[in-house]
This record gives sequence, C-alpha cells and structure tokens, in this order.
Amino acid sequence: MTATATTPAAVTPRRPRRKPLGANPLGILFSAPYLVFVIAIFAFPLAFSVYMAFHDYFFTAPGFEADRPFVGFDNFRNVLTDPLVWRSFGNVGIFLLINVPLTVVLSLVLATALNRIVHARAFYRVAFYVPYVTASVAVVAVWLFLFNGDGLVNTLLGPLAPDPSWLVNSGLAMPTIALFVTWKGLGFYILLYLAALQAVPKELYESAQMDGAGKVRSFFSVTVPSVRPATLLVVLLSTITGANLFTEPYLLTSGGGPDGASVSPALLIYQRGIQQGTPDTAAAIGVLLVILVLVVAWLQRRFVGGEGR
Amino acid sequence: MSRVQTTLRYVVLTIGAIAFLFPFYYMFIGSLQAEPDPTIAGAFPNPANLTGENYVEINERINLGIGLLNSGIFTCGVILGTVVFGALAGYALAILHWRGRGVTFALALLVQVVPFQLLMIPLYVLIARDYGLADTHLGMILPFLINSSAVIIFRQYFIGIPRDIFEAARIDGAGELRLLWNVALPLVRPALLTVVLLTFIGPWNEFLWPFLITKDEALQPLAVSLANYIANVAATASNPFGASLAGAFVLAVPAVTLFIVFQRYFTSTNLGSGVKG
Repeated sequence: MTATATTPAAVTPRRPRRKPLGANPLGILFSAPYLVFVIAIFAFPLAFSVYMAFHDYFFTAPGFEADRPFVGFDNFRNVLTDPLVWRSFGNVGIFLLINVPLTVVLSLVLATALNRIVHARAFYRVAFYVPYVTASVAVVAVWLFLFNGDGLVNTLLGPLAPDPSWLVNSGLAMPTIALFVTWKGLGFYILLYLAALQAVPKELYESAQMDGAGKVRSFFSVTVPSVRPATLLVVLLSTITGANLFTEPYLLTSGGGPDGASVSPALLIYQRGIQQGTPDTAAAIGVLLVILVLVVAWLQRRFVGGEGR
Repeated sequence: MSRVQTTLRYVVLTIGAIAFLFPFYYMFIGSLQAEPDPTIAGAFPNPANLTGENYVEINERINLGIGLLNSGIFTCGVILGTVVFGALAGYALAILHWRGRGVTFALALLVQVVPFQLLMIPLYVLIARDYGLADTHLGMILPFLINSSAVIIFRQYFIGIPRDIFEAARIDGAGELRLLWNVALPLVRPALLTVVLLTFIGPWNEFLWPFLITKDEALQPLAVSLANYIANVAATASNPFGASLAGAFVLAVPAVTLFIVFQRYFTSTNLGSGVKG
C-alpha cells in the first residue's frame, strides 16, 4: 500500500524545466477550487479562532463594526478556572481509556477472523459496518430505548442492573457513551485492519510456522507487528473522534448529564459559544483542545510506533 | 487448518454480527409497538401490539418528507461538489506536474486530522453571520463541499492508469479537461462509486453543523429535526420511544440500503489507500 503512494517517475526523460510553475501549470487551475476550499473552511477559521481566543470577541448585528480589544490570556484564564472545562477534558480521557483499547482489540480480532474465512465474507463485512454508515441520531434512539431505566438491557441484567441506570448514572454515563461510539465506529476500523492484513506477506506466517509457532504465537509475533502502522492510524482516528464528541452527550445523556458527568469539550464549545454568546471563551476551549490532541497524538506515535508511511 | 479453529472463527464473527445488527432489528420492532415493551418477549413481534401509528405520530410532529428532501439536497450538493472539484484536484495531483503539488497533497492529508467541531464557532460566525447563509442549503453544504478523502482516493486511482494512455491522447491533441472527462474518469468508474458512498455518509448523517445554522424547520435535514424531537418534544408524546424509533428507522433506511446494494464498492481495497494516503 505504501508503495503506491509514491509518485512514479516520469516515463519520458526529464526535459530542462523553464516554466516557473512546473511543466503543467494547468494543475494549479484544476486544484484551485480545492485549495480555496481548504483555505476558506480550514486554514482561515483556524487562524480566526486563535484570534478570537486572544480578543474580547462577541457577536454583533451583521455589518456593525465593534471594538474588540486584545485581552491576552484572559479567555484562557476564564477557561482554566472553570471546573466544567476540566471535567470535559477528564471525560475525553475516560472516553479514550475505554474506546481506544476496545477499538484496537475488537477490530483487530474481528478483522483477523474475517480475513481467514471463506464463506459469507460480504455478509459479515456489511453487518459490521452498518452502524458506521447510519446516522448517530438514528442509532441513539435505539440505545435510549435499550439502556433506559427499564429497558431491555436492564431487564436482561435483572438484579445486576445498575441503579441509577446507565445514562443517568454519573459513573456510567461516560463509559456508556464510549461503548456506543466504539460499537458505532468498529466497522470502519475493521476495514482499515483488513487492508493492512491483506498486505502482510504469507511467507512471514510460513516461516513462523516452520519455527514451531502456533496460531496464537504467530498472531502476536507476526500479525500484530505487521499491522502496526494501521494500529497507529486507528488510535489517531479514535482520538480525533473523542475530541469531536458532540451528538452522543447532547442526545444520549441530554446535554452532558447527569450534572456534567458526560460533558464533552465540543458540547461546551457549543454551549459557551452559541447558547451563552461568548465565542471568545469557546474559541479558547477549542485552542486548548487542539493542543491536547496534538500532544496525545505525538505520545501515541512514540508509543505505538509505526515506521512512517 | 483445523475444523475447530474455523468453527471458532465463525462463532466469533457471528456474535459480532448479532451485536452490530440486533439494535437495527430492535429499532424496527420498537417502531411498530403500540406500547413500548422492554421485556424479552418484546424483542419478538407480537401481533397484539403491532401498529403503524408511530409513523403517523412522528410525521405529524416533524414532516418526514420535508426532512428527507432537505437531507437529500444537502447530501447531493456535497456529492456533486466532491465529484467535480475532487476529481479535478485528484487529476492534478496524480497526472500533472506543477509547482505546489506536494504541498497540496500534504494539505489534503492534514485536513483529515483537524477536529472539525473545533471550527464550529469561526465557521458559524463566517457563514451564518458574515455571509448571511443561515437557513440556506448553501450554508449547510459549504463546509463539506469537497471531501478530502475523496480527493486522495481519486488521486490514488488516477495514478494507477498507465501513462502511455495519456501521452497517446495528448499527441492526438486532446486537452487536459478532455483527458480527465473522456479518458481518466471512465477508467476509474469503481472509484467514482466508492467516492459517492464515502461522501454520502458525511452529510446524510451530519447533525451538529446543520443543527447550528438551520432554525427554520422547513429547511432542517431529517437528522436535525429528529434530534430536536428526541431532545425536546418526545416527552409530550403518547409513545415517545415508538415515535422516535419510527423516525430513526426512516433516517437509517436510505443509508443502509445504499450500502447493502453497493457493498462491493466499499471494501478495504477501495478505501485502504484513500484513508491511509
């Protein structure tokens, strides 16, 4: 897979380049809409949100120019003294501690099993990614039905059912959300692992077998190290999902309840920025979150490894 | 390979499949129950408790037809933008040599790891307030107009086409736009379907962005109106679970059907290179 990512060298011998924009300046024209899109939708808003975080920014009527003074780190001070913000970052931590290991283990196990079978592969593959392609809003409705106080899950558990129930229990609300997101996204990660597994050379398994390694042993000594780049990608994407959590706490636990136990940074950004009309505070939360995601991603890269792309 | 191991694999996979599919089955059963029945017997159809009332009820609260139409416009706009501009960019990245190509490719990879929700405040200010595009389909579509994964998938497929084909057509005097349309795109038709499927998931299921910028119910995609129903109105309904499950079923069916019908265009081989870059 990595081999195809490199650009094949031009077939014809390279002519001396005289054009300052390259051999086909038309490429710039073809990419222009995409480049404008990236600048307008990603680059500029990112810079704009850093600007907001350092200014006293507020909403005004369209066309009205207001004075929005530079306030240094005031917004960050407000954010960092807000216990709910700390709670939301802690919640992302809880989310990641449950979601990441569960996602990696379950998707690798299911992908390995799926890669080895002969019959009904398409059926299983589709069954696994159906939740991934369905709207969160739609599956949230079923989870509310399954996990409410006297829902099917508690009926099955009988006396073992938690009290208060899952989504209104401050200790269980966030783990239930993590479980929901794991379940929903697993199919996509299974596809990623399948691609990685299909690229593992058969000879590696044969030589492991010759050395007397059993199935379990060769899973840990051949499969796991071979798919390490995929694992890094899975870990990274789950982390970004964790930073993006909004729909689940908004709907499953009716706005991050009970009492902030499942509040997420994205939910706080919405509440502070749009509902309470303090976009500067919201932007500061966003900037902090980006920094945290980058730090976590860097740590993951160090510990999971994966030899580049 | 021993038979025990093969059986074990199927057992594991089947447990997985049940865990993934049961909630969908339960969604459908629940949407047909006159009285919500959370007992174990309630997981099986019970003729005495079957009704279509929930679908009527949810349709009275939120207009399902309008919701589906808005979701459709939102999704089609994004797919159109992605196919047209994404194919152009993918072609430029794969076939043409120009200054800035490497940077553009790196951007397409980088953009995929930006947590989108963090852009919600600046985008809201720009699109809803500065450009006055709140409560419009265009405002809904803009932030999703070109899917970066699709750009990379296009590039990947175009790179796979032998160079001689392009050289031959160029000697015949074909322009690049003509090459893209008449030569490159017909050769990567499966990629086109993969891109459409992958792009579909985003806007059809998106909640936060259209929720932020559409206050007018006549413009809300189904995911938004259903979420508003679940969050605010459900408490006052006679059978809140039944009605929201009926809405959920209507929202889920188009996506699930599409992916079952076209499942062979959404496999690890189609996607692997795209998402990995």
